[in-house]
Amino acid sequence: MSQIENTAPADPAPIPFEPLKQTNSVVTEATWVRWLLIAIGVAFLSLFLMLPLLSVFVEALRKGFGPFFDAFSDSDTIAAIKLTLLAAAIAVPLNLVFGLCAAWAITKFEFRGKQLLITLIDLPFSVSPVVAGLIYVLIFGAQGWAQPWFGDHVGKVLFAVPGIVLATIFVTFPFIARELIPLMQEQGTEDEQAALSLGATGWQTFTRVTLPNIKWGLLYGVLLCNARAMGEFGAVSVVSGHIRGLTNTMPLHIEILYNEYEFVAAFAVASLLAMLAMVTLAAKSFLEWRYADQLAASRRH
Amino acid sequence: MDIKIRAVHKHYGSFHALRGIDLDIESGELLALLGPSGSGKTTLLRAIAGLEPLDAGQVLFGDIDATSLTVQDRKVGFVFQQYALFKHMTVFDNVAFGLTVRPKHERPSTSEIAKRVGDLLELVQLGGLEKRYPAQLSGGQKQRVALARALAIEPRVLLLDEPFGALDAKVRKDLRRWLRKLHRETGYTTIFVTHDQEEALELADRVVVMSRGRIEQVGSTDQVYDYPQTPFVFDFLGSPNVLPAVVRDGHVYLDGATAPLDSYSGPLLGPVDLYARPDDFRVVHSDPAGLAGTVVETQRTGVLIRLTITLAAGGHGIEIEIPNPDPEMQVWGAGDTISVRPAHFSVFAVGTPANGTASQAPAATTPGLGTSHTVVESRSRGR
Repeated sequence: MSQIENTAPADPAPIPFEPLKQTNSVVTEATWVRWLLIAIGVAFLSLFLMLPLLSVFVEALRKGFGPFFDAFSDSDTIAAIKLTLLAAAIAVPLNLVFGLCAAWAITKFEFRGKQLLITLIDLPFSVSPVVAGLIYVLIFGAQGWAQPWFGDHVGKVLFAVPGIVLATIFVTFPFIARELIPLMQEQGTEDEQAALSLGATGWQTFTRVTLPNIKWGLLYGVLLCNARAMGEFGAVSVVSGHIRGLTNTMPLHIEILYNEYEFVAAFAVASLLAMLAMVTLAAKSFLEWRYADQLAASRRH
Repeated sequence: MDIKIRAVHKHYGSFHALRGIDLDIESGELLALLGPSGSGKTTLLRAIAGLEPLDAGQVLFGDIDATSLTVQDRKVGFVFQQYALFKHMTVFDNVAFGLTVRPKHERPSTSEIAKRVGDLLELVQLGGLEKRYPAQLSGGQKQRVALARALAIEPRVLLLDEPFGALDAKVRKDLRRWLRKLHRETGYTTIFVTHDQEEALELADRVVVMSRGRIEQVGSTDQVYDYPQTPFVFDFLGSPNVLPAVVRDGHVYLDGATAPLDSYSGPLLGPVDLYARPDDFRVVHSDPAGLAGTVVETQRTGVLIRLTITLAAGGHGIEIEIPNPDPEMQVWGAGDTISVRPAHFSVFAVGTPANGTASQAPAATTPGLGTSHTVVESRSRGR
């Protein structure tokens, strides 16, 4: 902040005497404008992102490391962590396959109702997660139309792990497809046609040409999808039933702990969730940095 | 391998992209599909490759009916306009791709593949670049990698879609000469698509001129250039002057001329359109068959001068090109009067649309309606 004050008033005076100080002045704003914009950006990020995130860790460690780690020895907390990881471990691979299929169908073929399919893929983004949860209550609830058969043949869906997984899949479905569709649209089908004309089978074309072309988009999609799958609250809250140690995911467990005034435990679990998200982002940044040349090559023509 | 195309039709929705194409391609020839965009030339090329399913018709490779064969089974070497190189693979892996995807019992050994790829890269003059990625290559190099990759599968036919479209003029010229040489050495039946008449004429043995899903004319480069069968072909291969003329008593008269230009034995009678390219005109002195006019503008283009002339009769503007005269000869300037006469021309029925935009009806120019004439002096178009 102090830098802004130092440079801003000093600049206007010398400009008339040194008009060529900035070589690309057409696209460069005056110094004080630049600093002001940067300051606004930094201030906004600090206020709305860094501060809340920091406060989570501060609250979690308020009573020192002992109580912080004690929070993770609680069996209900461990169960919640396991359930969250399980739900993500099922939902992400399934959405990977669904997303790939949807993106493939939309970008490589022409068919009737394509626009409708694109709109449908966006549905989970536009529908409130609570509504998404209620959908499954209406289907698999005590009065739901599918429950009589499912209850007899498959087992409990609502207020059990399957319901949580279903809700997670619903909410996180668009991430991978949305990431891939523009990418695959831009790449077109020429590479695939070239591979086929060289005698490759459909599967060889997919694994050796299509997949390497989209692997970065796919990775981002998976990372985003995973972050959301672990953090989903609304839809899961409706279908979970909040049974401790059985159907509580991490976000739900945090809410319960908080409502019971166990602030340290609540923030400790919250900090773990935040850490998972940050690890995801760090992994993405690391890969971007490590494979910068490949990334550049695949984006270039 | 010789290729026969029989009554091929293709629609894209309501757009009739190929309207009954019949074409015989001889084994080992270098054939150009020439036409403006939307003429169906690329569609035809893709149809031969099996990349576009046909609505009707047949494609025969030698004695094999390839119509129902898949892209993979047709074994064609297709070079895409944007090359479609696999960006994540090295030059070596790109060229080797067609060999490494073969089923195990047909796949050559690793060392054999390495040798084959090495030979091909030598052939396309890219030895030493095996480990580069496509992003590290220039346009011309990418083009040659794409060609080597297509040749690796020992294709029945080599198909090139606008092979030089994305290159700058100098590289294009070099590559053209090189491709011609490569064709001579390898002898593959080669078909390429282009919208550049110069490219087609310089590179090909035979040229297929296409317009709006139909073949307008097939012939050697000399035939299509010197004896265009339709106004479209004439228009596409050069920018001709169209002059009103009349046929009577077995002779062609230019409007405003008092003597016949040439005798005529074709089916046309009465008013006709006379097509002549700028370099078909000769400056004449007091020739009753020629046309008098006024020079409007002169412009030097290398070894030629281009004169823009307004004709005295009818006020038509024409452009002619004549060799730059040596200093002792008369040099024309704006305002000078001049008399010119076409040495080589074709006549077509009046109003035959040259590009089809004039009427919605397909350009139904009857073959043989236009006739080509060389008069005054017998000359071959030395190219």
